[in-house]
Amino acid sequence: MTTLAIIVVYLGVVLAIGLFSHRFFRGTSEDFFVAARTLGPFILLVSLFGANMTAFAVLGSAGEAYMEGIGVFALMASSSGLVIPVVFYFIGTRVWALGKRRGYLTPVQFFRERWDSDGLGLLLFVVQIALLVPYLLIGVMGGGSTLTQVTDGLVPGWVGGLVICVVVLAYVTYGGMRGTVWVNVFQTVVLLALGFIAFWAIVSKLGGLDAAMQRVMASNPDLLVRGEHIKPWQLLTYTCIPLSAGVFPHMFIHWLTARNAASFKPVIAFYPVCIAIVWIPSVVLGVLARADFPDLGVAGANSVLVQMINLHAPGVLAGLLAAGVFSAIMNSFDSQVHAAGTMFTQDIVRHYGFHDRMSEKQQIMVGRIFMVAILVVTYLLSLVTTRSIFKLGVWCFTGFAALFPVVVAAVFWKRSTKWGALASTLTVAVLWICFVIHGWKDAGYTIAGTGVMPVAVILLASTAAMIGGSLLTRPPAAETLAKFFPDASTGRVEDEDRLYSRRRG
Amino acid sequence: MKGKNVWRGPLYAALFVLFLLHNDLWLWNDATLVFGLPVGLMYHVGFSLATGIVLTLLVLKAWPDHLDDEP
Repeated sequence: MTTLAIIVVYLGVVLAIGLFSHRFFRGTSEDFFVAARTLGPFILLVSLFGANMTAFAVLGSAGEAYMEGIGVFALMASSSGLVIPVVFYFIGTRVWALGKRRGYLTPVQFFRERWDSDGLGLLLFVVQIALLVPYLLIGVMGGGSTLTQVTDGLVPGWVGGLVICVVVLAYVTYGGMRGTVWVNVFQTVVLLALGFIAFWAIVSKLGGLDAAMQRVMASNPDLLVRGEHIKPWQLLTYTCIPLSAGVFPHMFIHWLTARNAASFKPVIAFYPVCIAIVWIPSVVLGVLARADFPDLGVAGANSVLVQMINLHAPGVLAGLLAAGVFSAIMNSFDSQVHAAGTMFTQDIVRHYGFHDRMSEKQQIMVGRIFMVAILVVTYLLSLVTTRSIFKLGVWCFTGFAALFPVVVAAVFWKRSTKWGALASTLTVAVLWICFVIHGWKDAGYTIAGTGVMPVAVILLASTAAMIGGSLLTRPPAAETLAKFFPDASTGRVEDEDRLYSRRRG
Repeated sequence: MKGKNVWRGPLYAALFVLFLLHNDLWLWNDATLVFGLPVGLMYHVGFSLATGIVLTLLVLKAWPDHLDDEP
């Protein structure tokens, strides 16, 4: 009951922060959707990091480490610590600059204008939302299993998921992006602090890190090396997965909240260390759990972190640590719900229903309605889904990462065309569906068992489609390019346009 | 017109070297404990710190200043 009481108080604090943020609401759609582009360096660091830390990172990584050992850290954490800040440096800062100059609120608005194509925008909208749904599910499922575990089954999983949905619904719809960011900041600080406390408390109880590892060395020495659990090709090709951070709509929208490009500096510099601080405790505790709980299945592995907390740090500490797990779950979940609502409002209702003319009040109201609808659908889906959080996440990240060539081409490649982007997006959609059908039943699926992750193949194919599709079609119009590359001469593209016309007769 | 940034090339190269170093095949089956952590895990903790240092240099020495100057 103590644990439950602490969680209730924690959720109350989260709710209060989110609702309080509404006092600073300026009443404009830009404020509701991108916090009026006012976030400074510290808030941007914490909120971007929080928005990218999911139940996948905390619960999923512990569960995967329980099954596969220490290699999970290299697979996802240290690779993310390298790739994600590099994506922010090259892509995030430039998207921010374009977004500020042209007033974008969503990624689809950018792609639609960049290639002057409504159809492409609509396709990217459908693909991004379809890939976002499993990511949303991770949050609801993580919340449900956590609450059940920390209350020893007193609260069923469906109640935990429902609680997460209701709390997020309240502060996201009322507080908009500012509410989401404020809560993210609070929750990220809680996550970082409580992650360290959990680690310290449990490891101390086990007699120190060395003694705890010796227990695993005696019972499951294979978990302390990569050995047969992870193949070298898997480590190499897994590096493609964090490219998804450059395509996630919620990350894109978060970039737009920055006050200036310089606000990205601490985000880029400190991101690898922040990731390590969250992942090290999760991975180590997941490995240590094998000595205490030798026979958990895949489904049980999702909650192994909570089980460790219950076993070694019961009472008040368990409640606080469970709150930390909740903070990780809600941190990204709220951003995703907000992003999906923003996209439905701006890219569908405003663009198609009102031809981009819609009052500020209408936009905010429609945004809220869609956020509610998205939460209801996600919650209902969570009741019938039984997949491992980690595996569900990897498939979702695979799809987003494979769209990375579209983003790179949009930002850097003047010669890229809507047909290239269309070919690339359709290639991703088709290959992703094929691989999911093929690999869905095999939890550790890699191509022909070689260790090569499907994301690497889809990424190569989508890059080839982007390049081939662009070079074989008419270059974009000079006036379109002038909007996105104001300092660069478009002469070369115009020359190619003349060449293209001559070839076509 | 601003001069060429001499830091940019070496720092981009350093990022590529980090990418290569991420694939530490030489520690694949080594279970030695270093400060209580398996060496394969400790290596990647150190890798994360090294990445942080290179990225800090990147934002300090090779920042795309023009982005804030654009209209």
